[in-house]
Amino acid sequence: MLNWLKRPKFDATVERREMPSGLWEKCPRCAQIIYVKELERNAKVCPKCGWHHRLSAAERLSLVVDEGTFEEWDGGMTSLDPLSFPKYAEKAREARAQTGSDDAVITGEGPILDVRAAVGAMDFTFMGGSMGAVVGERITRMFERARERGLPVITFSASGGARMQEGAISLMQLAKTSAAVGRLHDARLPFISVLCDPTTGGTTASFAMLGDVHIAEPGALIGFAGRRVIEQTINQKLPDNFQTAEFLQKHGMIDMIVPRTDLKEALARLLRLMLPHQPAQDARERNDDRAVAGR
Amino acid sequence: MIEPSLAADAPRDEIERRLRQTEDELAQLSKISGGQELDLKDQIARLRARVDALRAALWRDPTPWQIVQVARHAERPKLPDYLSALFSDVVELRGDRLFADDRAIFCGLARFDGRAVAVIGHNKGKDTRENLERRWGMPNPDGYRKAIRVARLAEKIGVPVVALVDTPAAYPGIEAEQRGQAEAIARSILVMSQLRAPIVVAITGEGGSGGALAIAVGDRLLMMQYAIYSVIPPEGCAAILWRDAARKEEAAAALRLTAPDLLAAGIVDEIVPEPTGGAHLDAPTAIAALRDALRRALDAVREEEVPALLSERYAKFRRIGPFAG
Ligand SMILES: [Zn+2]
Repeated sequence: MLNWLKRPKFDATVERREMPSGLWEKCPRCAQIIYVKELERNAKVCPKCGWHHRLSAAERLSLVVDEGTFEEWDGGMTSLDPLSFPKYAEKAREARAQTGSDDAVITGEGPILDVRAAVGAMDFTFMGGSMGAVVGERITRMFERARERGLPVITFSASGGARMQEGAISLMQLAKTSAAVGRLHDARLPFISVLCDPTTGGTTASFAMLGDVHIAEPGALIGFAGRRVIEQTINQKLPDNFQTAEFLQKHGMIDMIVPRTDLKEALARLLRLMLPHQPAQDARERNDDRAVAGR
Repeated sequence: MIEPSLAADAPRDEIERRLRQTEDELAQLSKISGGQELDLKDQIARLRARVDALRAALWRDPTPWQIVQVARHAERPKLPDYLSALFSDVVELRGDRLFADDRAIFCGLARFDGRAVAVIGHNKGKDTRENLERRWGMPNPDGYRKAIRVARLAEKIGVPVVALVDTPAAYPGIEAEQRGQAEAIARSILVMSQLRAPIVVAITGEGGSGGALAIAVGDRLLMMQYAIYSVIPPEGCAAILWRDAARKEEAAAALRLTAPDLLAAGIVDEIVPEPTGGAHLDAPTAIAALRDALRRALDAVREEEVPALLSERYAKFRRIGPFAG
């Protein structure tokens, strides 16, 4: 079991550092000063403006997976520096030290309101959630293992895209993970992709956009090309709502936008609907229904 | 036959200076000999040989940035050149049946060595008018969706796909985002990874990140000697890394985007040789080399049964990505 499960529910040390007292924090969206404990009680959703603050992978998992049940898969994998890229080894070392994670994703199995699922959560605080060989390998293994064990998959993406420091090797992780999604689909197992703030570049251009159902968190930035690149290319300013979850839903890329506080329920409900033949814990409920109908 | 006075390890700018000087002399001499009776043939031949030798010296060990420039060269052979030289009975298939026909991607049916294939390729233009229409070979989602449609047709009629890759990137635009650029790329990757038809990919110029990969998942990956394949353009990488796009030469080296780098990483299977200095200096030779490589690759993949092809294709990408632990 991971040590984070024993920690308090939300750990906001990174953002808290800015406020000297440690008890109060400024919301980046509404600029209001919020009591940190209140923010944490509210799943890090700003009680003043509803802004969904970013979560680490560990926070995300503790929010959706039934308490104390998460079983991590493929822990202990760390990146190499295959290109001897300037400062990469150093940056990766720092990211590991700062986050306490091996890399930008945690994968494993954990029931969600008693429905078994393979779950992968990305961590934007680890080098911008970038996908290099470790992220690609862990995501791929998660899809492969889910297929072997007949489990549905849920991913929580929060990533700037492919990890530049691993060059074309990171680009190939798009192909690797997408092909693994394809095999899960062939096995007729559901895949729910939850797109969190932010999900862009190679991560949207691979597994994150290949779900059977796409869920986004309110206000999340989701897109392919970076805002500045687009503005430079077309030589005009983009509207504020461009590449938001709401924008994507309007354009047909997102099934639903679910507030974080409702996410666990929504995932469990969807999973049960998409696993109609699985003898889940709700078999009892179904039997009860039948008994009622028979009467 | 390099100049006797030029050391074998002469610095690049010294070789370049000599090359320009010799080219000038050659041009002058050619002009003189054109209008007059003077027989300068021997002298001209000597200068030509010297130019060739200097070019070879310059290209014995080109820098990654030089290769980037050759890969992007305006006169580098492009899809229409390959199409007319390597294929016959070319029939273009247009439109994604959903929204539009993206001119940045060409799709069609054609014959290669007399046998039917589907061709999918990025379609850079040869002049400004064409490039405006084709967005410099940067596809919109409609282009990738057309590619998916034609790949599925190849699967249905049982012919291999030949994909020719040459794009700076998928187009970064408002409409591209509205219509789901990311989804289109991801879907194309997924479809190609499972397509029940052989796929041979050749990276002929710029392999620009996801915009290239979308049509570069296949059974054999060929890469022209001076093509590039990269997760980010060197300029963008330099801007992120050093906040200075001008350090693109360092970034080009750091990204390991040349054909030998990609071969070493196990990403491409074969490097297709180019004439000294790049394909734009001798297009027929470059195109002939690609024909040979395509022929061998197609012969090999046509031999295989579909299930074996698919599991090998999966394994090919599955094994890329070293890690510790
Ligand atoms: Zn707020």
